[in-house]
Amino acid sequence: MSAYKDIAWNGLWKQNSILAQVLGLCPLLAVSTSLVNAVSLGLATILVMVLSNFAISALRALIPYEIRIPVFILIIAALVTVVDLAFNAFLHDLYLVLGIFIPLIVTNCIVLARVEAFAAKNGLRAATFDGLMMGVGFVWVIALLGAVRELIGQGTLFSGIEMIFPTLSGFQILPVEYPGFLIAMLPPGAFFVLGLLIAGRNWLDARANARMREQRIHHQVEHATDHANSAPA
Amino acid sequence: MSEPVEVTPRESSVLRISLRTAAIMLAFTLVFTALMAGTYKATEPLVAASLLAEKLRLIGEVLPPGEYDNDLMADAIMLPPQGSLGLDDETRIWRARKQGAPAALVFETAAPDGYSGRIGLIVAVAADGKLIAVRVTAHKETPGLGDYIDPKKDKNKTRPWITQFSNLGFDTVPVKKWRVKKDGGRFDQMSGATISARAVTNASGRALAWAVEHRDALFALPANGRFEERKP
Repeated sequence: MSAYKDIAWNGLWKQNSILAQVLGLCPLLAVSTSLVNAVSLGLATILVMVLSNFAISALRALIPYEIRIPVFILIIAALVTVVDLAFNAFLHDLYLVLGIFIPLIVTNCIVLARVEAFAAKNGLRAATFDGLMMGVGFVWVIALLGAVRELIGQGTLFSGIEMIFPTLSGFQILPVEYPGFLIAMLPPGAFFVLGLLIAGRNWLDARANARMREQRIHHQVEHATDHANSAPA
Repeated sequence: MSEPVEVTPRESSVLRISLRTAAIMLAFTLVFTALMAGTYKATEPLVAASLLAEKLRLIGEVLPPGEYDNDLMADAIMLPPQGSLGLDDETRIWRARKQGAPAALVFETAAPDGYSGRIGLIVAVAADGKLIAVRVTAHKETPGLGDYIDPKKDKNKTRPWITQFSNLGFDTVPVKKWRVKKDGGRFDQMSGATISARAVTNASGRALAWAVEHRDALFALPANGRFEERKP
């Protein structure tokens, strides 16, 4: 069970595809202009990661080591095409928005990275779970990035939700008079916000490490004094 | 120091390994291409239906369904590429009729001079020479700045910018005034994003002029006919 805990922790935080491995920037920066776009592409990415990790883990005994990379790319590209067609058929409105980005999932190196580093070496259940967790790790970061950019850029959240759920509508968070902040919507803004997120993660990790070290020292000192006190004079 | 032992596999085994590996690669290719082809076939009718629905929805936005009673999809004519409309490809013109009489023309047009390239538009022009409505179908204008030309992105939800062209003709707004205010015309623009507004305004004016000039010829063509401009 703790193996699954490790997989989850790695995907969500420790080896987070964006914050730690900084992979898949191309779709990340292109699509994170709003929360809805970001989450939509993120969900499509989860789907592809789960499917590709599952497929490659299932077929791993059949794939010769020497040609594994072309076979992986073939499988990932085929799965992305299937997801692309399915989006076009079943979620057409969303496809109009995300259509040009879905093929970009093929170029998201995190998919190939997980397949090569994990799915090709692990069992079906662990590999599928890893795809899911790495995907969720991608989604929460891209969602945060999209939310921050949308809020700063146009003062709203969930704008465009009506493309997915026609009965809902987005929220105006900042006053309607808010003029918007264009750079947040443009690629440089994506880099700024992403840089801040990565810095934030490093800061949290550094703080956690420092605290752990402090505790350890504290513990040792306490132990030493205990020992000294209990020692006969 | 010993010489490294050169392992030279026999030629036949190299060939055998290559063939085997190639066969495996081929098998994977076949299986996954079949998967893609199967999905394509399975989703094809749905995709076609969504495209048609999308087209009808766009037409519905510029031309209310109550304005006509014929089958628009059947009463279309082919339009070869029109430089004056900014169209590089062959497109369709849908002819709306009410009780047999010409009601409106619906066609695509484009503004080639948007801030970030081409802006695709769809317009409906009534048979009496009024522009019923114009909508943006595709654009790459700056998000949050120039994209108010698309009513979905326009912050003014009650009266989006693009609706100001509705039901105007050259009888009320002369050709010279069919410009944005900054160019001495009649139509508003948002400060800081004039280029997008100017492109759409001028393109809608060109489309209206073109439709007024050719409407008789366009309505006279048989269904599925092809419009050829007569050179004077």
